[in-house]
Formats: sequence, structure tokens, C-alpha cells
Amino acid sequence: MSETDPLVQVENLKKYFPVTHGIILQRRTGYVRAVDGISFFILRGETLGLVGESGCGKTTAGRTILGLYPATDGTIKIDGLDVRTARGKVMMTFRQKAQIIFQDPFASLNPRWTVNSIIGEPLHVHKLLATEKERSERVKELLELVGLNARHINRFPHEFSGGQRQRIGVARALASEPLFIVCDEPISALDVSIQAQVVNLLEDLQDRIGLTYLFIAHDLSMVRHICDRVAVMYLGVMVEMAGRNDLYENPLHPYTQALLSAVPIPDPKKSRAQKRTILTGDVPSSFNPPSGCRFHPRCPIAKPHCAELVPEWRQIKPGHWVACHEI
Amino acid sequence: MGTLLEVNNLKTRFHTPEGTVYAVNGISFKLDEGETLAVVGESGCGKSVTVMSLLRLIPIPPGEISSGNALYRGVDLLKLAEEDLEHIRGKEISMIFQDPMTSLNPVLTIGRQITESLRTHMGMNTEQASRRAIELLEWVGIPDSTRRLDNYPHQFSGGMRQRVMIAMSLACTPNILIADEPTTALDVTIQAQIIELVIQLREQVGMTMIWITHDLGVVAGLAERVIVMYAGFIVEEAIVDDLYEDPRHPYTLALLAALPRADRRRDRRLKSIPGAPPNLVVEPHGCPFAPRCERVIDRCMNENPVLTQVAANHKIACWIDVQTGAPR
Repeated sequence: MSETDPLVQVENLKKYFPVTHGIILQRRTGYVRAVDGISFFILRGETLGLVGESGCGKTTAGRTILGLYPATDGTIKIDGLDVRTARGKVMMTFRQKAQIIFQDPFASLNPRWTVNSIIGEPLHVHKLLATEKERSERVKELLELVGLNARHINRFPHEFSGGQRQRIGVARALASEPLFIVCDEPISALDVSIQAQVVNLLEDLQDRIGLTYLFIAHDLSMVRHICDRVAVMYLGVMVEMAGRNDLYENPLHPYTQALLSAVPIPDPKKSRAQKRTILTGDVPSSFNPPSGCRFHPRCPIAKPHCAELVPEWRQIKPGHWVACHEI
Repeated sequence: MGTLLEVNNLKTRFHTPEGTVYAVNGISFKLDEGETLAVVGESGCGKSVTVMSLLRLIPIPPGEISSGNALYRGVDLLKLAEEDLEHIRGKEISMIFQDPMTSLNPVLTIGRQITESLRTHMGMNTEQASRRAIELLEWVGIPDSTRRLDNYPHQFSGGMRQRVMIAMSLACTPNILIADEPTTALDVTIQAQIIELVIQLREQVGMTMIWITHDLGVVAGLAERVIVMYAGFIVEEAIVDDLYEDPRHPYTLALLAALPRADRRRDRRLKSIPGAPPNLVVEPHGCPFAPRCERVIDRCMNENPVLTQVAANHKIACWIDVQTGAPR
């Protein structure tokens, strides 16, 4: 891993979705600011965790970085390649290098395709292997790599359990030999005993192939376990980013503090002693986000100026970034 | 404190085109007045089917409660006439479900849905019921409750809908509240709000609760006693502190070892449990966890261990003593 050579570099990324009214003559009446100016980098071989509650824009951020949604503003560079301007062959090369694993192992696999077609498709699209036979051989290797039986190559997704399907999703993502994988809640739909299997698989693959991950999740315990660094999002913006132990042991932003204090600890004595910051109210809508600091209506330490000024995203100590007026 | 509910040898099956699903396979437990009992386990372990069977909320057919009894204050809920059971359901024993969106009626106002049980079970008139509903909504922390009565479920957020569900389930001051994964669909900060609310309400009215969940973190903060289920069997039952400090069943041990911790530095890889839970269409034979168990011995494959007391208030169903590794 080199400090100076990040694989992924994102500057001031914005993704707005237009909101329209009317059926025939659609008028644009505003925007949902799903991602509203986030900046971060991921080093080669590193895992960056992206956490936050539903609707905070973490999934949109992941998809925009991969060019699955066109960005509204900002720059995205992956392995030196500008994702926003890439077209044609350059885009194909990019798609080969950057892959995604989806949350729902039931909805993300085509039920009418065999495992061979699903995992073999990237090989076909990117013309990595010329013949059907070569592709099947490679699919078998990939199946074994993710801990599935190579003889199951002609089976359909419904013949597998949730955990096994997620392994198929991982094998599909690996087929094009990517450098970077966005893992979008890859274990949320799985049971505890199966989660550990998939997480260990992702870690093994990282060690073996040197993959770089953006790990999007809401399970803060798992994020501490698997990620090197963690970024916290709230309503389309980043509020804090730091190394995992730094973030969990010394959270600075009041939202991060509240979020971490709400994580249930599987230890009854600790749990009873845990001091919780219970946030009042719900997350506001990103169609009409609060002025100034977006967290101010729920913030336990908010001052009047928090409602007016947008806090600056600054590095408060090496590797620890935060956006808050009161720190 | 007396026993409020006693379940003996409950067996529930579902007869499906693929074969008979052995969902609950002879489980017995007691619930004391004023206590919070957690039932934990992974998907398909039978934790929901167990409580649904008690209130006869499973569809029959294809479901069948093939044996057992469920004594609520000495009355067997499984043999009670349907109309007598209706007086108990919702009034004496009420339930909160996982998904507040599907368990609320989308075309009726919240007020109408809360007052319904007050009018049926408590014999209140419309005005009394509305007044009580407003009180209940305030109690569960819904601001502006008078106006909110006329709102429909879609006008509430997920956390607020779960508060409405709690208000509804508490409307008739039930003796037992059964909560089936009530916070699973919620974000962690909203989950913390709901748990805080439930703990407060429990202290105020001395509620008896059964809390069904797959989240061992939530259990630790909430329960007094815990039942761990696997493949339709109870594999361990203990006081909450004992379960986490001194788990005695290999499955419980494995589950705890598979959990990442937000409160500790990473010290190792997660320990995964190999394989997958058994197919419940096959009639159980031997210990259901044996194929995935690290400590399996020959006996496990042929004989299913019964739940036995191994320490004060601590029961397990296992042929092995996990502390010594020797057969028991």
C-alpha cells in the first residue's frame, strides 16, 4: 500500500436526482440531493467502510463512483482513469477493473440463467476468453475460489441458499479480474453464521489477489472488523472519516458518537453500563435538507450558527477528518 | 412471581407440496410474570412459528399443531374455542410484528386502528376510545397526537409506525407482550429509541415480554432470560449473563464467536460456522446441529439430546460438556 498512490480518488462528488411533477409536460420541481459533495480516497489493497443510516446516500455514492449513475458534479478517478469522461473502449476497460457485489443475493441473480452463464458473462463481454470451453473452465475455477462446488456449474440460482448465492455474486464480480470492488451491503441479508463465512471469503480474496474494497454497510460492528478506515455519512454528506480504531474509540462528530452509542453490544454487563445518546426524531428528507449543518436539528450540542453555516470538511489530525463547527 | 405461561412439548408442522416441514419439534418453556424472555435463533429456526402457534395465528392447513399444550393461567390456549381465544388475543396477550408497514392497514387511519381493539375488548364508545388513543400515542412518544390520529400509516416513518404498533399492542394493557423482531427493519439509532421506549414502558407497567430476535446484541441489552433455538429445537436456555459469559451449547458458542464487535479492537478472523442450517423437510434424526458441530461424536448423529439442566437456571441439549470436551 502506498500513501501517495490511491487507487480511488473522489473529489466533491455530487449526485442529484430530479423530482418532476406532471405527467405529460414534466416540470422539474426540485432535486433529491442524494450525495452532496463528498471527497475521499482509497489506497490500493485497502478497505474503506462507508456507513450511515438508510437514505444517507451511501449506496448512491457507491453506484455513482462506478459510473452506474452519471455524477452531477465532482471528479472520480479510479486507477488514474476519469470515470466521468470515460466512453467506449476506455469505459469497457474501467468496467473490467471495477466491480460491484449487491446486497440482495435473491434479486441480483437472473433466475433463468445458470451459474455458468452468470459468472461467465463478464468473461464474454470483456472478451477475456475466446471459447465457451475456456470460459466454463474459468467459471469452475472461480466457483472453487469462492468455496462452491465446481460440479454445480449448470445449476440455477434457486438451487442455492442465501450464503451460496452471495458467493456466486462474489465469483461474478471476480470474473473480470477487477482491482476494485464496491461491496454494497453484501452480508445484510444473511444470517450471522453465514455472514462470517462471506466476510472471511472477502478477506481471503483481498489477501490473495490484493483487491481494494469500498464496503458499504449499516452494521457498525462488522465494519469495524473488516475495514481499515471508516467514513460516516449523514444525509448526503460525510461527517467524519478516520482509521477504524480511531473512529470507534475516539469519535468526534456528535452524529458518529450517537450512532456508535446505539450499536447493541453482545455483552449484558457492558450493555447495561453503556451510555447511550438517543437521538430524537427521524432523519430529515434529502429533498429539502436542513440549512447549515444538516445534522443540527437532531444534534445535542447544536449552536445557533450551526443552522446557518455549512461546516468545513477538514483534517483535524493526520487521517482523521470531520465536518463540525464545535470541534 | 407466578408462572404466566407454560408451554409443553409444542410441535408444529407445515404440510407443503415439497413435504412436511418440521418447524417446531417439541419445545417446552415457562414464562414468569414480569420477566422478559428472549427467543434467539437464525432464520427458519422456528422462533416465530413457536409464538404464532401459541396464539394459533398460523394458517391451518397447511400448518398443524401436532402436539403439546400452552397453558396461560392454567387454560390451554391450543384447545380453547376460537371465540374465547379472541378475548385473549390482543387483550391479554398482544403482539408486535417485524414490519410495521405490512401489519398496519394502509387504508384505515391510525386512530381507527388503535380504537378498534379498545372498542371491541374494552367496550369503550368512540369518544372514550379516541381519548385513550391520544394518550397512548403520547405515551409512546408521538408528538401532536390529536392530529396524528387522522393520519394514515404511510404518513409515518418506520420508527414512528413501530411506535404506533406498540401503542396498539398496549391499548388493552395486556399481560403478555410478544414482540417478533420489532426493530429488525429499523436503523440503529431508531432501534435504540424503540428499545429505550420498551424498557421505560416495561418499568412503568411491569410488563411480561417475549422478545423474538436474531440479534444477540439486542438480547444482551434487554432480556433477563434467553432461549436459543436451532432447527425447531431449544438448544440452550439460561439467564442472560450466564448465556454470554458461560455458553454451554456448541451452537451458542459458535454464534458468539461469529459476531464481530464494535466495542473491541479486532483480534482475530471471525470464526464461521461451516455449512448451512438443516433442511426442515427431513424428519429430525439425531442432534440437528451435529453436521455443523466441531465437537460432534457418534452419539450425536443418532440420538437427539433432550434439554437438561446443567447448572442453576441453565439448560442445554447436548451430549458433550463443552468445558471438558468429554461426553456427558
